[in-house]
Amino acid sequence: MAEPLQNPLRARHEALIPALEALSGVLRVYFETDELVALVARHSLLEVVRTLRDDPRFAFEQLMELCGVDWPEREERFDVVYNLLSVSHNQRLRVIVTCPEGGAVPSVHTIWPAATWWEREAWDLFGILFSDQPDHRRILTDYGFEGHPLRKDFPLTGYVELRYDEERKSVVYEPVKLTQEFRNFDFISPWEGILTLPGDEKVHEKRVRPAATSAGQAGAEKG
Amino acid sequence: MASEVKDAASGRRVVEFDSHAVNFGPQHPAAHGVLRLILEMDGEVVERADPHIGLLHRGTEKLIEYKTYLQAVPYFDRLDYVSPMCEEHAYALAVEKLLGIEAPERAKWIRTLFAEITRILNHLLNLTTYALDVGAITPPLWGFEEREKLLEFHEAASGARFHANYFRPGGVAKDLPAGLEERIAAWAEAFPKFIDELEELLTNNPIWKQRTVDIGVISAKDALAWGFSGPCLRASGVPWDLRRAQPYDMYDRVSFQIPVGKNGDCYDRYLVRVMEMRESVKIIRQCLAQMKRGPVKVQDHKISPPPRSEMKRSMEALIHHFKLYTEGYHVPPGATYTVVESPKGEFGVYLVADGSNRPYRCKIRPTGFSHLQAIDHMARGHLLADAVAIIGSLDVVFGEIDR
Repeated sequence: MAEPLQNPLRARHEALIPALEALSGVLRVYFETDELVALVARHSLLEVVRTLRDDPRFAFEQLMELCGVDWPEREERFDVVYNLLSVSHNQRLRVIVTCPEGGAVPSVHTIWPAATWWEREAWDLFGILFSDQPDHRRILTDYGFEGHPLRKDFPLTGYVELRYDEERKSVVYEPVKLTQEFRNFDFISPWEGILTLPGDEKVHEKRVRPAATSAGQAGAEKG
Repeated sequence: MASEVKDAASGRRVVEFDSHAVNFGPQHPAAHGVLRLILEMDGEVVERADPHIGLLHRGTEKLIEYKTYLQAVPYFDRLDYVSPMCEEHAYALAVEKLLGIEAPERAKWIRTLFAEITRILNHLLNLTTYALDVGAITPPLWGFEEREKLLEFHEAASGARFHANYFRPGGVAKDLPAGLEERIAAWAEAFPKFIDELEELLTNNPIWKQRTVDIGVISAKDALAWGFSGPCLRASGVPWDLRRAQPYDMYDRVSFQIPVGKNGDCYDRYLVRVMEMRESVKIIRQCLAQMKRGPVKVQDHKISPPPRSEMKRSMEALIHHFKLYTEGYHVPPGATYTVVESPKGEFGVYLVADGSNRPYRCKIRPTGFSHLQAIDHMARGHLLADAVAIIGSLDVVFGEIDR
């Protein structure tokens, strides 16, 4: 593994772990690549993020980004991801809460006013509800749009297309007509996609994770 | 608008104020794109600003989920079309991080060099059109000529003036053509003089100062809370620059200053950008001085294409080429939020990989999204014409805000 670019931050992030784990409502703290992630229980999100902003050990003054991730096969379908930044300590933290379809996540717009638009976006694209969010309008899609386009079960082509109708002198919506069938290729192959072949698990038990370019070189060794 | 009526019974003057909404845009030259800004006015004073965005929404994030990692690169040029290479930079770094690879040294120098060229390109466009918005016509006429020179460097390196598709995961698409480094060096000698000329037009210009000083003031505390970054945050007095705080590629090998403003008004945002251009020229000179010859992409042909000459002779190279451009490469499962200091501020890519050859989720953090959101906070109580100055000073581009 090549040295991660943000390596100097790693030590600082590691020092944060005990303090984070001590917060009630934090379920798990771990490193994803070299970035610190905290899983937080949905009902205690507000208290946790308020501490994260106000406690001088954390001082996460900025919510840089908030987004949804859709995992349809999971019990609680959506991840809501908050990427926080502390300008004073030069540290980052990713807070993740899960949310079932139709459930609501507490809004953090009282803590970071910037959250309003991000939450509107997550509602628009994923249909995630945010409780106590006074401005729950759609933001990116068209006026009167139906559905939540970034869900995995929403087709890439969408359901409606629009054109200008010369007879009616207005823009009209019609069901999507594809002149060519939508092509979606599956590239999962036993040689490239699956690194462990069925019955071959023991090979990996003793081997340390392959060095640089795990996917590429693992394939090269077999090929 | 105030209307004056003489009350017949009492003989007194009655002044009626009518609060009304102005629909600014979506097609307005000072909206910098397709911004529909609903302004609730009390006379000439803005009482509430409600931006409606999404008129340029193209579903980039959804499209990327259906493309291989390599095919996703050109989408990033089309986000912030004023600073295309910086957007590619964030994506290339994110994919490299998930793959656990590192670009070779020369590729990193080239990326740093072109990220700074792009920064100047962006600031030239922003500052001059911002000046145009408040009534100065000469700066864009001069500035666009300089931009053209820089776009020629883009073209020489990548083949395209705007949508470069040049930074790739694992390096850059191809090496710089012969003589380009000398041309950039010659330009970098001459350019500071142009900045002086631009400053002569604006910095002490009383009209320019009347339109920008003390307009759209945002304090450091508010700027942090509203998620500001880049020049807009620095103009409010927060010395924060990702190139210094969390350096990527070769930014830890070059020395530069970080200009910081004091008042957080439109004028400071202008000054910070002008100073940044001067610093960028310094970085460009250092890049050119330190660059050495060498490979410009990782030598693993599962990730970067083999040389054309090899493909004519080697069966393996041909297979690599074919597999790379059809299937692409598989990225091990993981997630990363990778950021770069784009000319507008923190541009981030939250990339979730599931082990397949396509991103599971690619969330793009546009810079202008947070800035534009705060316009209600900044424009309240200002005149309508000042709202135009504020939009100009925030440097919004709808390609990235709407995605």
